[in-house]
Amino acid sequence: MKVTFPHMGYMWVCLKAMLEYLDVEVVVPPPTSKKTLTLGTKHASEFACLPLKLNLGNFIEAYELGAEAILMAGGCGPCRFGYYAYVQKEILNDLQYNYNLIVLEPPEKHISEFLIKVKQLTGSKSWYQVIKAIRFGYLKAKAVDEMEKISLKSRPRELNTGSTDLAFKLALAEIDRAGTTDDLAVALVKAREIMSSVILDNHRSVIKIGLVGEIYTLLDPFSNQNIEKHLGKMGVEVDRSIYLSEWVNDHLFMGLVKNVRSREEACRASRPYLNHFVGGHGEETIGNTVLYAKNGYDGVIQLLPFTCMPEIVAQSILPGVCTDHNISVMSLILDEQSGEAGIITRLEAFVDLLNRKKEQREAVTA
Amino acid sequence: MKSYMGIDVGSVSINIVLIDEHCQVRDAVYLRTQGQPIKTLQKGLKEMASRLPGSTQIKGVGTTGSGRHLAGVILGADAIKNEITTHAVAASHLVPGVQTILEIGGQDSKIILLRNNVVSDFAMNTVCAAGTGSFLDQQAGRLNIKIEDFGPIALKASTPVRIAGRCAVFAESDMIHKQQIGCDISDILAGLCEALVRNYLNNLGKGKEILAPVVFQGGVAANLGMIKAFEQALNLPVQIPPHYNVMGAVGAALLAREAVKKSLSSRFKGFNVVDINYRAGGFECSGCANCCEVIEIRKNEEIIARWGDRCGKWSTALNNDLNTEEKIS
Repeated sequence: MKVTFPHMGYMWVCLKAMLEYLDVEVVVPPPTSKKTLTLGTKHASEFACLPLKLNLGNFIEAYELGAEAILMAGGCGPCRFGYYAYVQKEILNDLQYNYNLIVLEPPEKHISEFLIKVKQLTGSKSWYQVIKAIRFGYLKAKAVDEMEKISLKSRPRELNTGSTDLAFKLALAEIDRAGTTDDLAVALVKAREIMSSVILDNHRSVIKIGLVGEIYTLLDPFSNQNIEKHLGKMGVEVDRSIYLSEWVNDHLFMGLVKNVRSREEACRASRPYLNHFVGGHGEETIGNTVLYAKNGYDGVIQLLPFTCMPEIVAQSILPGVCTDHNISVMSLILDEQSGEAGIITRLEAFVDLLNRKKEQREAVTA
Repeated sequence: MKSYMGIDVGSVSINIVLIDEHCQVRDAVYLRTQGQPIKTLQKGLKEMASRLPGSTQIKGVGTTGSGRHLAGVILGADAIKNEITTHAVAASHLVPGVQTILEIGGQDSKIILLRNNVVSDFAMNTVCAAGTGSFLDQQAGRLNIKIEDFGPIALKASTPVRIAGRCAVFAESDMIHKQQIGCDISDILAGLCEALVRNYLNNLGKGKEILAPVVFQGGVAANLGMIKAFEQALNLPVQIPPHYNVMGAVGAALLAREAVKKSLSSRFKGFNVVDINYRAGGFECSGCANCCEVIEIRKNEEIIARWGDRCGKWSTALNNDLNTEEKIS
């Protein structure tokens, strides 16, 4: 059974590693592109949010490459994401794509169901092997996240425009190629070397912006119009509030790995403003904004797909957080449009504003 | 006379402004873009050039608006800046001490807050453009009213009707409903103004502290109905600066003046650009499934700029200093 899964940033590296470790045949969908978007928007309901449409496009493209089963996450919260897998399956059925659907419900709610689904996927493999495979996938996620973090630091400081992007591509290929835990350790050393070969100007003055918001639009460069790259080129050091490995640790390992940034901290910080789970990453959005303000960031940008309920709740609370903590926040709502000029104008104006503020602050302290 | 030129290439209009050494606005040209920014820009420049006294020296050029990169490449601009910055620069120059700027243009509307003459916060419309100039224009067209008459008619209203302001489609169907039940046209127009102001303040104002002096600018500031609706909603007097419809261009000119002071010489290519054949063409790249639309700007047959590719394959292939300095994506 050839298994495929939706794209979400570089998640494919880690899922592919985990599944192949268990000898499951994997079909990675072609990178999300305008074609994916066109397929998705053509067949999905108009008012569904962007992730559903892009996932659907991924599945259609993967089917054409021979995929037979979909591995998809479930969910049970105020966010509609929980029924996306089933809606997508129905749409695919109508289009006569005969897929098997394996939905992994969040283990914190349905641990038994989760285990049954894992078994369905892995067949005769022992639990020991399954655990080893999950660990391997997690290590890959961590490696990819490390490279992403380095790239966010080096992009605003690179001397040759585009050198970070090139290095990242090569480093990612190294990590992807590793087939065992030992290989991965070697690959990681090489990848770090590649990333450190980017020539930097460490004296350049940069401003710092934190990205908060809905996980898919945060992690997926196609859906967020490459916001990290644009900001980097404008001289902004970006910190993203969610990385895949952190999410996995929070939601699949129940925070088992210590010394990793966790949602607990963000949720605590959101307390005076939002005391209740609103689905998605609403609490984290508020909490991380507070944390970024406390950690001396110059600004925060919230990303969300159009119609995302948890983020709309957060968006309406953010003005209060801004006033209390004296930090600038801008929300960008993303959908299938390609209005990049508008997004760049907003980013540029926001960066201008933060630069001015920074200069003023430094003038006062100097 | 030493002067600086500012150009705002927007979705609806192109504005060209000339300021002198003392930052006084000397001349302004306003043209409709009509979907052809390059042609219109050349037309505007020609008009500006014909009006200039012989002694004029252009010391610097600045561009702004959504077509700022395009215009910047063609003209050789010294400053290429976004709309927020240019509007704020112009308003604080023309109305010293301004603390709030309300700006409604063709495609975008924005609110800019200044404290101590520096931008402290701003917001631009997200998601939709229901509260912008194009929508007013369209409704005036549908009612067969000249956009210039819109304001005076709205002012005659005795009891403005209530119109949904959240979405342009709902607003229009509400307007048609009011029209069919026999409401007076002036009451409908005044209601529309109130709806747009409500939309604007809910969409952009969100918890922001709107302090006097308030300046209202952009093409829509010509509309007396909108001015009245803003004054009622804010309970504050609203000022309209003398060059309210070309503020972006004024700001761009002021920024060009600053930029040239630093660089000491201008990159302006001269007025002869009006006679050169510039052509924007393009193709869909087939290198990967992204199918980027790559845009090429040709000067006669020579390609002078290229953008639109996500991977940089085409834009970096040009060995052109303009292209590397201006990071256009």
